[in-house]
Amino acid sequence: MSRIDRRFAACRAEGRAALVTFVTAGDPDADTSLAILKALPRAGADLIEIGMPFTDPMADGPAIQLSSQRALKGGQTLKKTLDMVRALRAGEADTPVILMGYYNPIYIYGVERFLKDAREAGVDGLIVVDLPPEEDDELCVPALKAGLSFIRLATPTTDDARLPAVLANTSGFVYYVSITGITGSATPDFGAVAQSVARIKAHTNLPVVVGFGVKTGEHAAAIARGADGVVVGSALVEAVRASLDGEGRATAGTLAAVEALVGELAAGVRSAAKATAA
Amino acid sequence: MTVQPLNSYRSGPDERGHFGMFGGRFVAETLMPVILEVEKAYAAAKDDPAFQAEMDGYLAHYVGRPSPLYYAERLTERLREGAGGKGAKIYLKREELNHTGSHKVNNVLGQILLARRMGKKRIIAETGAGQHGVATATLCARFGLECVIYMGAVDVERQKPNVFRMQMLGATVVPVQSGSRTLKDAMNEALRDWVTNVATTYYCIGTVAGPHPYPGMVRDFQAVIGKETREQILAAEGRLPDSLVACIGGGSNAMGLFYPFLDDKDVEIYGVEAAGHGLASGQHAASLTGGRPGVLHGNRTYLLMDDDGQIAEAHSISAGLDYPGIGPEHAFLHETGRVTYISATDKEALEAFMLLSKLEGIIPALEPAHALAKVVELAPQKPQDHIMVVNLSGRGDKDVPQVADILGGQF
Ligand SMILES: Cc1ncc(COP(=O)(O)O)c(C=O)c1O
Repeated sequence: MSRIDRRFAACRAEGRAALVTFVTAGDPDADTSLAILKALPRAGADLIEIGMPFTDPMADGPAIQLSSQRALKGGQTLKKTLDMVRALRAGEADTPVILMGYYNPIYIYGVERFLKDAREAGVDGLIVVDLPPEEDDELCVPALKAGLSFIRLATPTTDDARLPAVLANTSGFVYYVSITGITGSATPDFGAVAQSVARIKAHTNLPVVVGFGVKTGEHAAAIARGADGVVVGSALVEAVRASLDGEGRATAGTLAAVEALVGELAAGVRSAAKATAA
Repeated sequence: MTVQPLNSYRSGPDERGHFGMFGGRFVAETLMPVILEVEKAYAAAKDDPAFQAEMDGYLAHYVGRPSPLYYAERLTERLREGAGGKGAKIYLKREELNHTGSHKVNNVLGQILLARRMGKKRIIAETGAGQHGVATATLCARFGLECVIYMGAVDVERQKPNVFRMQMLGATVVPVQSGSRTLKDAMNEALRDWVTNVATTYYCIGTVAGPHPYPGMVRDFQAVIGKETREQILAAEGRLPDSLVACIGGGSNAMGLFYPFLDDKDVEIYGVEAAGHGLASGQHAASLTGGRPGVLHGNRTYLLMDDDGQIAEAHSISAGLDYPGIGPEHAFLHETGRVTYISATDKEALEAFMLLSKLEGIIPALEPAHALAKVVELAPQKPQDHIMVVNLSGRGDKDVPQVADILGGQF
């Protein structure tokens, strides 16, 4: 059983959905970013997604675009992101770490070298936005061979005919994108999301987590009723942004702002303990 | 039926959208179903004589095709001066005479007719120089479609006349403030719009880039340039040209001219990228000369980037060439050596802009001025019986305020 499988099993045993938190590596600076990562499990995160910043995040809204820009401005690179995972892993044995981003920096780093270094650093899975199943030979198949999970996005446009292709090489969990849109945009229609999650679950035994548009503990609770996990990203990097000083530097309030929001989201997820679990 | 030779340069893309190792479909899952839908719709349209007939009708009566192939006599004579008895005979393929003022309309017509077949009522596009935006706004007006154009804020400033044209045609122009605020960022923003409005919207990409099927489809729509050139030069000279020259932003006017000649191995082919302030300055847009293979905007191709795979900001005086990538088929033609890729600086392009204006009475756009700048270099090295065809991809009206500003009114 992988770390990801164990963590979902543990949440299931508690009768609740998992909280998956996304922050961008190196935002707003390397030290603060590592401090945030270390604080996430304590604050209630069950899985950690770490954004690998990219100059051209085509599927992201302004909040994550700006957080990538802050990180890149501070000199973040893919190598530094992997170093950060290693530093996090030194004190955090159990929480799964998933790297999320776009393909070009990985391609330039070198696929084989990246997979080896990521595994050694303690990465459990990858989400690469611009690699659909049609491009599985690029990274997905090599990643699975290297023992990493490759987590795929399913979206409202992924119909029943296409779902099997999307699920074929997916492992760890399925990430359901709640809206047709970019990160950080509209709040989804929770009823429609629950139906979609049920539709995907009819095709797979993997946990189905839901992301895009989840901003508050209340949203998290609403999603957690039907899904195996809830992903929150834009709201967290927005909390980072709001805590910065006039020059864009971290303040004493930065870490606390992230912890407070994660605490609220964790409480939301826990408040939606599944009736069936008792 | 035309039988292609076994070792044809014209056989790409394969069914997964690859030209050699380049191309592909590197897009978010939300877009994959619509991209497959576009692929299917285009495959059906391509084999439908009614679609071709509809295209031909609009190309003739709305766009004004065929565009002339014009012997540039005074330019030819000027470049023969001091060339020691040498100097190629130069023909201009007059794409600037098309309705809307550039080659962009050839592709837009094809894609808008396709979008209509697909039942899409809302059209989005990215634009750099504004020529693709104007062509898109024009055909949306003609067919009563909603039109939203994404344009980098920097380009909105330097191509003002085209912004007004798009607005007069009823399009909404969205200035893009993210990143380098040029063409690359406009494309990011268009992709973000498409992800959000995928059910109703067709993305009309302006060059031979993006995910499959766009690079091959846009090339096919632009190939009318090369097909006409072939017939026209045979009529005028009784033989094929010795060389072809075209500028390259994403590479659509160049692919359109080159494609029908790729298997004529005696025809030399030159693609001209924008060297900006010079290749050594690092401030340029020459992705083949100064970049390396990577993945952006749906395809694998040559890109300008740093060692971490972060995309670099391109620079060119010409908004239409100011892009850190190039269509995947050009990357393939570069690696196979079939096409020779060279570059022209901002300064060389400006000089060629003035030269053509004064000698031929044709004010070229700054984009093809890059191709002309290399003609100025290449033609004097060729014998007088060498026939050189240059793609004059657009007219310079949109550049008049910018060039007047740069030259301080001293022409
Ligand atoms: C007149 C003209 N030529 C060339 C280009 C460059 O595009 P492409 O390389 O796709 O032909 C543009 C783009 O805006 C243009 O307006």
